[in-house]
Amino acid sequence: MSAVLAVDALAKSFGGVHAVDDVSFSLDKGEFLALIGPNGAGKTTCFNMLNGYLKPDGGSVKLNGRELIGLPPRRIWRLGVGRTFQITATFLSMTVRENVQMALISHHRRIYDLFSRATRLYVDEAMALLDLVSMSEQAERPCSELAYGDLKRLELAIALAHEPDLLLMDEPTAGMAPSERIALMALTAGIVEKRGVSVVFTEHDMDVVFAHAHRILVLNRGQLIAEGTGDQIRKNPLVQEVYLGGGSVFEGAGHA
Amino acid sequence: MGFYLAQLLTGLANASSLFLIASGLSIIFGVTRIVNFAHGSFYMVGAYLAYSLVTWLDGGILGFWFSIVLAALLVGVIGLVVELIILRRIYHAPELFQLVATFGVVLIVQDATLAIWGAEDLLGPRAPGLDSAVRILGEPIPEYDLALIAIGPAVLLAIWLVFHRTRWGVLVRAATQDREMVGALGVNQAWLFSATFILGSFLAGLGGALQIPREAVSLQMDLSIIGEAFVVTVIGGMGSVSGAFIAAVLISVLNAFAILIFPQISIVLPFVVMAVVLIVRPYGIFGRPGSEHGGTEDPDQPLRLLSGKGAMMLAAAVMALALSPVFVADFTMILLVDVMVATLFAVSLHFMMGVGGMVSFGHAAYFGVGAYAAAMAVKLLGLGMIPAMLLAPFGAALAALFFGWFCVRLSGVYLAMLTLAAAQILWGVTFQWQDVTGGDDGILGVWPAAWASSDRVYFYIAFALCIGGIWALRRAAHSPFGYVLRGVRDSRIRAEAIGVDTRFHQWMGFTVAGAFAGLAGVVFAFSKGSVFPDALGIAQSIDGLIMVLLGGIHALAGPILGAAAFVLIEDWVTRLDYWRVIFGGIILVIVLLAPDGIAGGVNRLMRLLRRDAA
Amino acid sequence: MLDVKTLTARYGRAQILSDVTLSVGENEVVALLGRNGAGKSTTIKSVMGLVQHVSGQVTYDGQAILGRASHMICRAGLGYVPEERRIFGELTVEENLEVGRREPRADAPEWTFEHLFELFPNLAERRRNLGKQLSGGEQQMLTIARTLMGNPRLVLLDEPSEGIAPVIVEQMATIIGELKREGLSVLISEQNLHFARIVSDRAYIIEKGQMRYEGSFAHLDAHPDISTRYLAV
Repeated sequence: MSAVLAVDALAKSFGGVHAVDDVSFSLDKGEFLALIGPNGAGKTTCFNMLNGYLKPDGGSVKLNGRELIGLPPRRIWRLGVGRTFQITATFLSMTVRENVQMALISHHRRIYDLFSRATRLYVDEAMALLDLVSMSEQAERPCSELAYGDLKRLELAIALAHEPDLLLMDEPTAGMAPSERIALMALTAGIVEKRGVSVVFTEHDMDVVFAHAHRILVLNRGQLIAEGTGDQIRKNPLVQEVYLGGGSVFEGAGHA
Repeated sequence: MGFYLAQLLTGLANASSLFLIASGLSIIFGVTRIVNFAHGSFYMVGAYLAYSLVTWLDGGILGFWFSIVLAALLVGVIGLVVELIILRRIYHAPELFQLVATFGVVLIVQDATLAIWGAEDLLGPRAPGLDSAVRILGEPIPEYDLALIAIGPAVLLAIWLVFHRTRWGVLVRAATQDREMVGALGVNQAWLFSATFILGSFLAGLGGALQIPREAVSLQMDLSIIGEAFVVTVIGGMGSVSGAFIAAVLISVLNAFAILIFPQISIVLPFVVMAVVLIVRPYGIFGRPGSEHGGTEDPDQPLRLLSGKGAMMLAAAVMALALSPVFVADFTMILLVDVMVATLFAVSLHFMMGVGGMVSFGHAAYFGVGAYAAAMAVKLLGLGMIPAMLLAPFGAALAALFFGWFCVRLSGVYLAMLTLAAAQILWGVTFQWQDVTGGDDGILGVWPAAWASSDRVYFYIAFALCIGGIWALRRAAHSPFGYVLRGVRDSRIRAEAIGVDTRFHQWMGFTVAGAFAGLAGVVFAFSKGSVFPDALGIAQSIDGLIMVLLGGIHALAGPILGAAAFVLIEDWVTRLDYWRVIFGGIILVIVLLAPDGIAGGVNRLMRLLRRDAA
Repeated sequence: MLDVKTLTARYGRAQILSDVTLSVGENEVVALLGRNGAGKSTTIKSVMGLVQHVSGQVTYDGQAILGRASHMICRAGLGYVPEERRIFGELTVEENLEVGRREPRADAPEWTFEHLFELFPNLAERRRNLGKQLSGGEQQMLTIARTLMGNPRLVLLDEPSEGIAPVIVEQMATIIGELKREGLSVLISEQNLHFARIVSDRAYIIEKGQMRYEGSFAHLDAHPDISTRYLAV
């Protein structure tokens, strides 16, 4: 089976510092891949190159065999890459449903329509997406009133609006309570399985990572230092040294 | 050779005074995030005070410099009073409120100055001891210019030392980044702000006071300097003092040489330089991302379609307007045309600011281009009224397309400043290009076609165009285009992440707003029968902002109420002496007491009534 | 030392806190647990005078501080370490500390540059660097050091472990222990129960703006249903 995403020798320097240095990996259909590492290891840089916000110095990123490097973020989105943000980014002056409708309007290439009533377009599709993330009861609420966890779920619905092949989630559970984190990722995992979407996510919560990731990549100082399943990563001495520490602050490594 | 050196030195001397006023503006913006339109007024008052003190003391070298410093200190005190009474209350308001409030101060200071010093220009004495010229390479250079050239860098050094070597300076720099955090660390922000304001006003006053041996003191000093001071601040990077210095030198020296080649350029040059610099460095030379926004706003509520009752009320109002020629006198009909023109102008500005999130300080540019395009179509191309009316909005759209391309590359205050620059460039061109635009004399005799020349017929033409334009803009606000535009305003990264070309979208939004402002200009031109450069001036732009603010920026109905109220108030007030004081006062009252405008006020009233009824 | 009674906060029409009551004693480390949006940060910001539309009673050392300006609350002896770090990126490390510096007070340990650089050796090496040049972990250290320059008696730490690598979180735990040894009191808001357990003496749990639990960690461990219900661990 050919990879959905193939990253090859990706590199980026800022003022002589190698933020991302020769990173290569690939992702299969339906795979749930975690990218972890200390702050400043290059996770965000890596992510921003995948979704087109940063231009790499070298390397290639292919989605279903098609080169993404050099394309602006909106083109990459149209090719089937959805994304959620570390700090939620939604349209706060609109209702929950309107937020999803915006993505649908863009997907159907109606954004230059000057005459239709925006709120009357793609209502059913929007409601179906909200249903998927259990947000349909809140559809008419202003987005600005939502609790943080609900915003995260709304973002997921928005990201799924154009039926992407690949979902990029930057610290999807940042700022959420432990159980909400697990719930959100379980929800994501379910959708991933149902729709055959592939996911790359970065995360600091090791419990979330170990619970859901099919495979884990560890970045340090811009380089891939380890790759494997949860168990392999947990036992890797190098990863313990640079990132996981003694393991007293997260549950997965066996708090006494 | 000597001639060029003389030009250079003149440029550097101009740079010094420009730096003084711009550095004050920049420091005030850095800490308080207020774009202080009244800064030019402080400069002007500094000059007037220095004039009075110098002539009154008449005390030789010592008396002269003592007067200059004392005048600057007094301006510092005036700045403190303005800060305590007005600005302190609006630090958390959006930048539009702050700008309009400080414009209110401009109006009040203008009338106060007029009342105290009179309308005549005052010619200040020369600086004792520095009243002759020295010859450098055979060219006479005024000694006073040399003194100014030394004063600029000296003040820069002093400010640098204060900011880097004193605790107060460190606190000011910290507050420039995060005022609330500085407060939570035990620093009394209120006094920090006041002290900053005193320093900034002092510098403006000093700049003005130092001008008295060089130019006549006049009531036009405030607005004539403020545009340039804005430009220098923006080029240097809002909040950066050394940036302001470099920018002042850049502009003044370029200007000194450019006028040799093209004498008319000085009106336009600073704004061209600014446009170029901002394209290369979107935050100015030393500016930082994140320094471009004023106070934060709570997110808007979602748009709602009009309820049945609301729609009926609106329909009734439009019907009443449509039938009004039957009942009212001719002069009222003319006034109603003014109201409709102003409303369309305000609605187009609101489309850009409220829907598009792009604050424009120069929206009059497109209003004026529309008016001029219509006038020139009639006068130069010999077109009739209808073809001219159809053609002219496209002229405005083209201008908006051109300047919008630059503007949407920026955001926040920088974008606003660039719109101001665009308007000033167009104003300068209109003013100077005598052969085509008639310059200061304007274009006269732009009357409607014979069949449309009665007030009543023209009323219906204006009615069709303005109400049609307003309806189209409202429709656009509710359309996918308008929603996506609002989306870009709410969250650019989210919009980008759902496949929107955010810049292009804003550019189109800018153009649509410009085209409809142009349409308002067309109706205006034929209703007045003439066009003057004022149509593109700062005052016209500010009028638009006041209308939007008066009505309330958060409601689509806001600009409609605001424009109507504005025209009626203006019609009444301008008949009075000292109308600026009254008008400035009204502005301040609204900003301080009803920051959500008429629409917000009506909403609150309705809620209150409903609660009482329940 | 700090007594919060019936603290209520509104934002627009939404009630963020209702009748929150908590206290922090002399030389005590108290954890305020809750999920995101439960009201932890709002509670801490309200105490610090950074939230509008609050009512209730907040007394510190017997003086009512609710409604005072935040700089006055700071001067009374409270130090605030914000969740988002909020260091001054354009100022050097030393200048950042200078902003936080206040006169020493009789009832609290006095912190000097030297003393702080001992506690945070990384910062000592980078004292002339600009704040924005520091790594995330170093910035987290700087924001604490900056607050300590105000010689507080009570430190309010808002989510110190959020978004930083586990190694740095471990260092954070050491530092909080150090503060307690110096005689300070600490109120810390946390989502990370494991981290909170290591550093604090007792816990409060807040959910939907209301206080749901007050007591020891031992009791929490013995009754896992509490944390399941309110923290959803």
